[in-house]
Amino acid sequence: MSEKKKLRIATTSLAGCFGCHMSILDIDERILTLLELVEFDRSPLTDIKHCGPCDIGIIEGGICNGENVHVLHEFRKNCKILIALGSCAITGGLPAQRNHLDLGDCLTEVYLTEPGLAHGHIPNDPELPLPLDKVHPLHEVVKIDYFIPGCPPSADAIWKFLTDLIAGKTPELGHGLIKYD
Amino acid sequence: MNDTPTFQLDGASVPFEPGQTVMQAALSAGHYIPHLCYHPEFKPHGSCKLCTVKVGGRTAASCTMPAETGLEVESDIDEINALRRTLVQMLFAEGNHFCPSCEKSGNCMLQALGYDLEVHTAGFRHLYPDRPLDASHPDILLDFNRCILCELCVRASSEVDGKNVFALAGRGITKHLIVNAKSGLLADTDIELADKAMQVCPVGVILKKRVGFSVPIGERRYDKRPISEQALDDAPRAPAGARHE
Amino acid sequence: MDSEVNPHAAYLDRILDRYGCAATNLLQILREAQEQNGYIHPDAIDYLIVKLRIPRARIEGVASFYSFLHLKPHGEFRVLFSDNITDRMLGSIELMHKMCRQLWVEPGKMSEDGLVSIGTTSCTGMCDQGPAMLVNGRTITRLTHQRVQEIGQLIRNRTPLADWPADFFRVHDNIRRKGLLLDNKLAPGDALCAALVLGTQNIAETIKTSGLRGRGGAGFPTGLKWEACRNAADTNRHVVCNADEGEPGTFKDRVLLTSHADLVFEGMTLCALAVGAQQGFLYLRGEYRYLLEPLQAVLQRRREAKLLGKNILGHAGFDFDIAIHLGAGAYICGEESALIESLEGERGVPRNRPPFPVTHGYLQQPTALDNVETFCQAALAIHMGAESYRAIGTAKSTGSKLISVSGDCPRPGIYEYPFGVTVREVLQDCGAVNTRAVQISGPSGICVSVHEFNRKLGFEDLPTAGAFMVFDDSRDMFEVARNFVHFFAHESCGFCTPCRVGTSMLKQTMDKIAEGHGTKHDLSEVENLDHVLQTGSHCGLGRTACNPILHTLKHFRPAYETRLKSLDFEPAFDLDGALARARQMTGRDDAGAHIEAEKS
Repeated sequence: MSEKKKLRIATTSLAGCFGCHMSILDIDERILTLLELVEFDRSPLTDIKHCGPCDIGIIEGGICNGENVHVLHEFRKNCKILIALGSCAITGGLPAQRNHLDLGDCLTEVYLTEPGLAHGHIPNDPELPLPLDKVHPLHEVVKIDYFIPGCPPSADAIWKFLTDLIAGKTPELGHGLIKYD
Repeated sequence: MNDTPTFQLDGASVPFEPGQTVMQAALSAGHYIPHLCYHPEFKPHGSCKLCTVKVGGRTAASCTMPAETGLEVESDIDEINALRRTLVQMLFAEGNHFCPSCEKSGNCMLQALGYDLEVHTAGFRHLYPDRPLDASHPDILLDFNRCILCELCVRASSEVDGKNVFALAGRGITKHLIVNAKSGLLADTDIELADKAMQVCPVGVILKKRVGFSVPIGERRYDKRPISEQALDDAPRAPAGARHE
Repeated sequence: MDSEVNPHAAYLDRILDRYGCAATNLLQILREAQEQNGYIHPDAIDYLIVKLRIPRARIEGVASFYSFLHLKPHGEFRVLFSDNITDRMLGSIELMHKMCRQLWVEPGKMSEDGLVSIGTTSCTGMCDQGPAMLVNGRTITRLTHQRVQEIGQLIRNRTPLADWPADFFRVHDNIRRKGLLLDNKLAPGDALCAALVLGTQNIAETIKTSGLRGRGGAGFPTGLKWEACRNAADTNRHVVCNADEGEPGTFKDRVLLTSHADLVFEGMTLCALAVGAQQGFLYLRGEYRYLLEPLQAVLQRRREAKLLGKNILGHAGFDFDIAIHLGAGAYICGEESALIESLEGERGVPRNRPPFPVTHGYLQQPTALDNVETFCQAALAIHMGAESYRAIGTAKSTGSKLISVSGDCPRPGIYEYPFGVTVREVLQDCGAVNTRAVQISGPSGICVSVHEFNRKLGFEDLPTAGAFMVFDDSRDMFEVARNFVHFFAHESCGFCTPCRVGTSMLKQTMDKIAEGHGTKHDLSEVENLDHVLQTGSHCGLGRTACNPILHTLKHFRPAYETRLKSLDFEPAFDLDGALARARQMTGRDDAGAHIEAEKS
């Protein structure tokens, strides 16, 4: 039995599709090995709601609204190392395809002038997060320490990256594991 | 001992023919020097700066550097590769390079260079420019979001097709590709599918309609071998008319 | 096409005729074509395509490169405020906003009725008599609230420029200190006669012995350049005078062209004799458009005196004439190979070197290209002899140098010194007090601070093309650097990745710091960018683009640090501001509609 303290890892999906989280789970039985070395803090896998002090934070998805910013700040404050996982976290990804459009025009078309929409109204309940005028990758809001590209990155790429990191090596993916699509 | 002149590239002897550039000689000998705006059938251009090498303490683009006996060229060194990494990052931050939905993914030189150099992030703030699409032509799509201003299409259309379909306009960060038509639309130019200009775009700007994603992942050009192992494919060769790659 | 005559044919035919219907003169043709409507009409392009036999895309590509050419309506009156830091120090931005309010137009835009557009342009070379502006290409100096008010009124009334008060357009030489050049007593033809006596084959050698180096900033040994041109294989040779003077803070060539034009042309002519050239060009920056007619008059006078044209001074076979080509608002055209591209009617993009202009210049033929002041100095050196010339200045920087002084000093203007003069001495002579810093040779040069004022102007220590901008201790050196960074981003030709993208990254970083979102991380990003620009740039613009920040960081670090929000990391954008559009669309202003600033 290992006396070594386990690393705490927190994960979340901001403006992401959860595909990167699915890819993490694609490590299949290797998750058992992983769990000997780490334990999960806040994460869709644990349902812990708020992030406590952690060694590693893995975030998929970019920043598209105010709530994303709050969660990202919480992660940055509590995690020693932050990893941006996947295309959206690194470049803004699919949600960022709206960046060359005016947010106001988008909201107007979707909620007010879309054909077939009667009595349109832009939702303004105080509980709803407001969208930012542009979608941003994580590193434009907080300091990000590492990036794992891909849409999603393959399970093998995630595995290689994490094991390198946990072993104290500068992570390197190499041909076949590094991809942007 | 033969009479072929040589120069040194990262410690290896590279033979060259008089009149060749360092890049041309290196590729012919199977030594890869990263490049984007170089094409084996056209005169060197020198704009992307990916092919920068170090000679005698100074740096210069190898695609425009005449090969000379006794040159000691350093290419695969940390300092130069770091420069190349930053240049690739700059290009990714400058345009709108959304790989997951791009028809050129897997066959794209910019992407392949990013992989080869282990570029994990664009690093800089993305500019998210508002660039147009031109779908006016019945068979050709132009997606300017991906343009890296290499001018390969400009040169191909002018030097090989004799047509001048493409040109560059603007200055500085607003520099962009335009087509030779009063309407500004590709449909009003004399471009044809068989043109050389249709074959040379290293990224996903000039696309044939209705053929997207026709090659499965795993069988695309840069899936099997990294770009750095395909130097010989870019060795200088005479223009051979309409060739399909 | 159709059988109707193109409505633009009449005025275009006159212009095309003047320029031999040659595509190499495209820039001049477009510049003059624009004067008809204030922009280059698309139908005019239809006509030019046929007449010049070039593709439309080429014309659009060239027109869109130069700041002063427009492909869409840009106003009957096109107002451009000179935006050098010296203009700003004199209140130019407030004046611009005042004029915008007066004429109901936003900066950078055209008024809805098409009457006027107001914007900024890079330094127009009037730093000693600013703030300055250009109106339809004509220079107006010494702007005040009063003057701006009057100009607004004249525009509202659509008064033609020719009827505006002459005093608006007056440009003074402001010569404060003369020397070898400004005090010369040469008559037209004197230096040429001396050259003819010397003998064609000895001119370049004499220039070499004199130690003369280029006065445009690069400082290449002039004699070596002329000799290389002379020895080039091709016998079709050219002499080009670089009068693009675009480096902000530099206006010494303007004064030479105003008051010593004969000497400039004399220098060009004896260069032609030395290298065997028959054709010469003066490439005059567009901002000095008002000098075109006076310079043409000098050329005509010289032709009549047999100092230009065929059989100069009676020497059979000594044929040389000079044509004046104007630039159109592109700093990069001050770079010699970009200038040559511009002369050939192309976009001003620097060429790949080697080969160099001395063997492959204008039309790929041998070209001796030198600065305005260099040609003047060459004429003096030939006239007084190499040894006498060498005796002035220092060992490696012979002769005298014109310095254009501007900024915080009571006596801005032109000062001529032998090389080796100290910064302190210049400051004393112009009356500057409480000086905090001096920018030597413009944004691409060096910023020196108080403890360096003993340094000397010259190639051994502080090389300079002439600009000398003075900043006293009321000035914010961060804003000086920011102005320079904006300049480089605006003027980058866009050819190479490092400069095209890098200069914009630098501009974003400086703006981020100015808006209060800067961090130490941003400063280290500047250092990384500098390395990339130094090692990867295609030309000197890219290589020097980081200098303003690095030099001011070195000497005035607190000017940056007091602006840094935290010393760690800050978002690249205003988080709360990013929600403004959504707040507006939903009408929300509750706590959830805002993002609090992070304390880290």
